[in-house]
Amino acid sequence: MWTWFYKLASPPYVYGVAAALVPWFLGGAALALMYGLIAGLAIAPPDYQQGEAYRMIYVHVPSAVLSLTVYTVMAAASAVALIWRIKVGHAVAAAAAPVGASFTILALVTGSLWGRPMWGTYWAWDPRLTSELILLFLYVGVMSLRSAFEEPSRGDRAAALLATVGIVNVPIVHFSVVWWNSLHQGATIVKLGTPSMPGSMLWPLLSMWLGFMLFFAAVLCLRLQGEVLNRERQSTWVREAVKS
Amino acid sequence: MNVGALAAFNLIVRRELCLSFRRPDQLLQPLVFFLIVTTLFPLGLSLQLSLLRDMSPGVLWVAALLSSVLSLDALFKSDADDGTLEQLALCGQGLTLIVVAKTLAHWLVSGAALVVFSPLVGTALGIPPSAFGTMMLSLGLGTLTLSWLGAIGAGLTVGARRGNVLLSLIVLPLAMPLLIFGAGATDRAISGTDAVGPLYFLAALCVFACTLAPFAATAALRITLE
Repeated sequence: MWTWFYKLASPPYVYGVAAALVPWFLGGAALALMYGLIAGLAIAPPDYQQGEAYRMIYVHVPSAVLSLTVYTVMAAASAVALIWRIKVGHAVAAAAAPVGASFTILALVTGSLWGRPMWGTYWAWDPRLTSELILLFLYVGVMSLRSAFEEPSRGDRAAALLATVGIVNVPIVHFSVVWWNSLHQGATIVKLGTPSMPGSMLWPLLSMWLGFMLFFAAVLCLRLQGEVLNRERQSTWVREAVKS
Repeated sequence: MNVGALAAFNLIVRRELCLSFRRPDQLLQPLVFFLIVTTLFPLGLSLQLSLLRDMSPGVLWVAALLSSVLSLDALFKSDADDGTLEQLALCGQGLTLIVVAKTLAHWLVSGAALVVFSPLVGTALGIPPSAFGTMMLSLGLGTLTLSWLGAIGAGLTVGARRGNVLLSLIVLPLAMPLLIFGAGATDRAISGTDAVGPLYFLAALCVFACTLAPFAATAALRITLE
């Protein structure tokens, strides 16, 4: 039962799997993003209160969700790498960190562009905005800690520990809207009962979210290949893989 | 020589305190830094005491956080440089015990000193004496929590290049909840309302850090010592 798990610890196997998965993820992402963009930007009706400006949701919400998801993926890979001493886990975490930081920046930028017409300001020191910014600082901390050591393996383990400790911030970002009185709106989709959004707006959003997830998976696989090649550059299988 | 865990704990705490008091300049530097940063704010913002009073909790807390983070670098650095840390790790006591002892000793000379010093700075910033109790309690809880977070950060960065800047980069984002609740409690005490809510939050964070951070800091040091 556990053989698949052990296989994932072998770099050549992971390299092959990642290479095989990329086209599937990319294709799925293209389909989902295409449907989401067309249905969200052209077909969905304008909001009764926010007008056309609400369409920012189709980029903002998926990137904000992904900024947390990627952190969780990174922390999980780091924990696996620390606990079972699986080096591929460090490669996954190193491949995921810049992608997650980019999603965080995207969420912050689209959020402030959306905030300008709706709240009348680009930036408010609101709990959710602040904790999202803290998430960005955490990504930066993890990335710079990884590169701060002479020995790469030591940097890997230090960054992995920091990523695992920093996971406490994820629930803080997620629940900040509930705990503190916030300008930011609360949960609209993931809650008990029916979502407070009509289907014509909701389906494109879910499709965009799926598209972002698949896009992240594809980019992660691509970056993972690069990481694995770089880390295993002394071994024979890499020379053979590069030659062929 | 065979010593019990409690005796070893006492010995390490006493050694750390003794070492700090032999270098009084290093003991005073964070306090002077605390004072200088709080002086910068009135000069940069406004000299009016009434305006200053509104901002004083934030100013006080930012200065306290910065000065605590500044002193954290010394937590494991000198012991790691001269090899004492390796000897302590090999002495037969658990590394967690050593980390706890060193962190508590560090808090006693940095955080607790800051708490004792804070009424002076508070008076200068126009904080009424009636709020001193809450202010000192919140600073005490906050700096203790920060020492634990800092132990993790110091353990991670002790072998790193330019570890000092990196340490601030790692610790300050994690310390932001402390700033929010600490400044919130002080603010409420100044305006005369009940400050129990944010104080409970601070205490909860402190207990959380006291229970889990020693193990994380031990794991961080292990990475450096290997």
